[in-house]
Amino acid sequence: MSQVLAVLEQRDGALRKVSHEVVTGARRLADALGGGGSSTVDAVILAAGPVRGAEQLGGFGADRVITLTNPAFGRYAPEAYARVLAERATAGGVSYGAVVFAASATGKDLAPRVAARLGRPLVQEITDVSVAGGAVVAVRPVYAGKALLKVRVAGTPAILSLRPNVFTPVQRPKPGTPETAAVDGSAGRVVVNQVKAAPAGTLDVAEAPIVVSGGRGLKEPANFKVLEELAAAFGGRAAVGASRAVVDAGWRPHADQVGQTGKTVSPTLYVAVGVSGAIQHLAGMRTSKVIVAINKDKDAPIFKVADYGIVGDLFEVVPKLTEEIKKLHG
Amino acid sequence: MKIAVCIKRVPDSETRVKIASDGKSIDEAGVKFILNPYDEFAVEEGLRRKEKAGAGEVVVIALGPAAAQETIRTALAMGADRGVLLQTAGVHPDGLETARALAAELKDGGYDLILFGKMAIDDYNHQVGPMVAELLDLACVTTVAHLEIDGNRGTAEREIEGGVEVVEFPLPAVLTTDKGLNEPRYPALKGIMAAKKKPLEVKPVTPGPGALEILALTPPPERQAGKIVGEGAAAVGELVRLLREEAKVL
Ligand SMILES: Cc1cc2nc3c(=O)[nH]c(=O)nc-3n(C[C@H](O)[C@H](O)[C@H](O)COP(=O)(O)OP(=O)(O)OC[C@H]3O[C@@H](n4cnc5c(N)ncnc54)[C@H](O)[C@@H]3O)c2cc1C
Ligand SMILES: Nc1ncnc2c1ncn2[C@@H]1O[C@H](COP(=O)(O)O)[C@@H](O)[C@H]1O
Repeated sequence: MSQVLAVLEQRDGALRKVSHEVVTGARRLADALGGGGSSTVDAVILAAGPVRGAEQLGGFGADRVITLTNPAFGRYAPEAYARVLAERATAGGVSYGAVVFAASATGKDLAPRVAARLGRPLVQEITDVSVAGGAVVAVRPVYAGKALLKVRVAGTPAILSLRPNVFTPVQRPKPGTPETAAVDGSAGRVVVNQVKAAPAGTLDVAEAPIVVSGGRGLKEPANFKVLEELAAAFGGRAAVGASRAVVDAGWRPHADQVGQTGKTVSPTLYVAVGVSGAIQHLAGMRTSKVIVAINKDKDAPIFKVADYGIVGDLFEVVPKLTEEIKKLHG
Repeated sequence: MKIAVCIKRVPDSETRVKIASDGKSIDEAGVKFILNPYDEFAVEEGLRRKEKAGAGEVVVIALGPAAAQETIRTALAMGADRGVLLQTAGVHPDGLETARALAAELKDGGYDLILFGKMAIDDYNHQVGPMVAELLDLACVTTVAHLEIDGNRGTAEREIEGGVEVVEFPLPAVLTTDKGLNEPRYPALKGIMAAKKKPLEVKPVTPGPGALEILALTPPPERQAGKIVGEGAAAVGELVRLLREEAKVL
């Protein structure tokens, strides 16, 4: 029962970085389930061919790295992916203690399908996992982050998806033995026939290790340039987020919205600029590791959750901050 | 076009969450309940699709306590034709049990479209829609932010990290709706009056026990209000030092 299946993701033939977190979480869970005895993590990737980056997975604790190939698997093929994974999770006499996904756009779509096929419950977007009395115990935020729910999963496999940026990748060298198998079958009825990509190098707010968010304090859309420059100073590790007020005003795309009706983010560093810190905004970012607030109103609620605050005009503070960060990276 | 929309009664997002004395649920005293905001997009989309087709029916289905009749009336006031309440004492943390109960009701309904919200804002389960699709073996696209339907084929757009997927699917299908798909209408007074007379069938159901046991519901760890480093641009140097040396995030 101490075997864990980690379901990884690729895009355009390259492993997605969130996969390191999934293997890290799966490793932690396998060790806990194994209780000191043997425990294995099988990492599985569905792809059209070999996946760049798969060779690094042993480093994060994968015992085996299994690439399942099919010409239709270059893009997400929900029905075929679900079928193949449900088969994998039960085939060959292996009985997995858990199947672990990333709570990414793909993972959150795929995990329920696999769970329903297996007739097993699913715990989405978990932020912590442990084992008690042999059973998997998972924790997840509910009620817009206003409470944490702790559940025990009876029976196996436990099916889980891990909230991005929570399970910080840890080096735990294991063999990472590569295996490749071609799988038959068509993509299914539902076909992704195009991916309209954001400009190359754009990080998604839900997955960026650093998020710099702007609100109505920016005054007008063009001023977001100030935040883009700050984000750029972090050398490709930061994404620009937004409050709902500025998304509703059409200044920023909905994809960038942080909060209850937008994305939930847990970056290492969240910088809220000209954002008041309404409860629905906090719902999306309160699990960030470190929060910095820059606001001209010393009574703004954002300061109640911020680790560090600067009271002041963002148009003076942010350019200075950009300059200092550039110096660090320069 | 025959359309089903699954809707959930949830506490208003503005609600102060107070944990009940059992330490496993919320104290519902004084809590205002609403139609799950994502389900409003689903109801709206159902209404628009029916209007566009010029004929059909929009049926709203909720699994929940007797009080969920109010939630159904809200959707009827928006314009849905009839409602079904699958009445049960409490809604389960195990989304698969909810999906099974809904799937049993939907199975022989002959629906062209079955719509869900992408998630309920209370449990954040994010799963019931695609689970129902699997149980009924129907095509399914989740978190749909743009939709076109032409005859018995549809094209949907859904946001992924750093982009948008364009997805083709056949009808009948299960779709879950994201913000941005449409702008839900407010029930007009006339709609509210009409809703009172629309059919609402109540069917008692007993979902299975599920395989998830709630151990605890706790407040999130308090985030200590941190420190105000200083005022204006002059404080930036100190902020950067703290981020490097104390928080160690740079
Ligand atoms: C059902 C529901 C769901 C919602 N979902 C979300 C959600 O997902 N995400 C979200 O963000 N909101 C959400 N909201 C909206 C939320 O309640 C707030 O209205 C919104 O977050 C406010 O955005 P803001 O902070 O940009 O604007 P404001 O509240 O107007 O704050 C602007 C801030 O900028 C500061 N400021 C102004 N000028 C400067 C300057 N020159 N320098 C420094 N600071 C300055 C001001 O002091 C102020 O604090 C939701 C609301 C509801 C009812
Ligand atoms: N008790 C319920 N009754 C009817 N529909 C539900 C119920 N629970 C969830 N749903 C539907 O499933 C969607 C996703 O919910 P969830 O998986 O719980 O986050 C919701 O937006 C509703 O459309």
